[in-house]
Amino acid sequence: MSQAVAAVDHVLGVEPAESPLTPESWGKLGMWIFLAGDAMSFGGLICAYAALRMGSPNWPIPSTILGVPFTAVMTFLLICSSVTMVKGLESIKHGNRERLRMFLLMTVFGGACFLGMQAFEWTHLIEHGMTLTSKGLFGATFFILTGFHGCHVFSGVVYLTAIAASANSYSADNHNSVEIAGLYWHFVDLVWILIFTFVYLI
Amino acid sequence: MDLAHDEPNYMAIFYWLAALTALEVGVTYAGFPKLLMIAILVGLALTKAAMVAMYFMHLKFERTTLGLIALTPPLLLVLFACITYPDTAWRLLGH
Repeated sequence: MSQAVAAVDHVLGVEPAESPLTPESWGKLGMWIFLAGDAMSFGGLICAYAALRMGSPNWPIPSTILGVPFTAVMTFLLICSSVTMVKGLESIKHGNRERLRMFLLMTVFGGACFLGMQAFEWTHLIEHGMTLTSKGLFGATFFILTGFHGCHVFSGVVYLTAIAASANSYSADNHNSVEIAGLYWHFVDLVWILIFTFVYLI
Repeated sequence: MDLAHDEPNYMAIFYWLAALTALEVGVTYAGFPKLLMIAILVGLALTKAAMVAMYFMHLKFERTTLGLIALTPPLLLVLFACITYPDTAWRLLGH
């Protein structure tokens, strides 16, 4: 019986378990489930940071140690790269591969600049005596949160470079992979918005 | 594979995000009382995060399933915080 159903599905070329709750793309569903898990990782780290900070009476005011204007530029850069990402997706929805490639490369450039600025920031902080073990738990929570996020940006840069390299295989009817990669990139942007607020501003 | 919805105005979202970021930095240096500052900053950050999710990640135009998946981590984290933070605060008070 099940073999017969599977055979029919195979012939018709439809995926099993179609229902109103099924998204139109399994890949997209998979990326969202991954992002939900990743959000729990970031959420756990941020919750731990909040608890540790509540428990430390001498927690320094972050804006006196960290460069807020500098990281505000980093935030702006990541927002810009999210815009170029949606513009790239919009382009391929209209079948324009050249613009897709251009916008993807701009997004990759934005991510790479973000990483460069973060490397510069870390170097500067470490030279001024801020390490994983300095200033109580301030240093540890700072480097773990921004470092974990930086790893995500790095992965995103590699991911989007791969998508840009295969730009010729996408079209107005076939751009699912671009949209899925975009979801990941916007998630990384979203998490930075939260980290920027909780770690640098508050 | 036609466009299922009108493309949102991405540039408008971008201007909002940039303006709210500038506002956040301003609030940080404005010298408000600490609790007020935290409330404003958290509110602004959650607004920006929601804008990214709704428009850039197209959650506003997706089926319910993806919205439910996206809502699960924030709900679990709020639950987690509600269970653990009172305990942390209780210990801090010296009990």
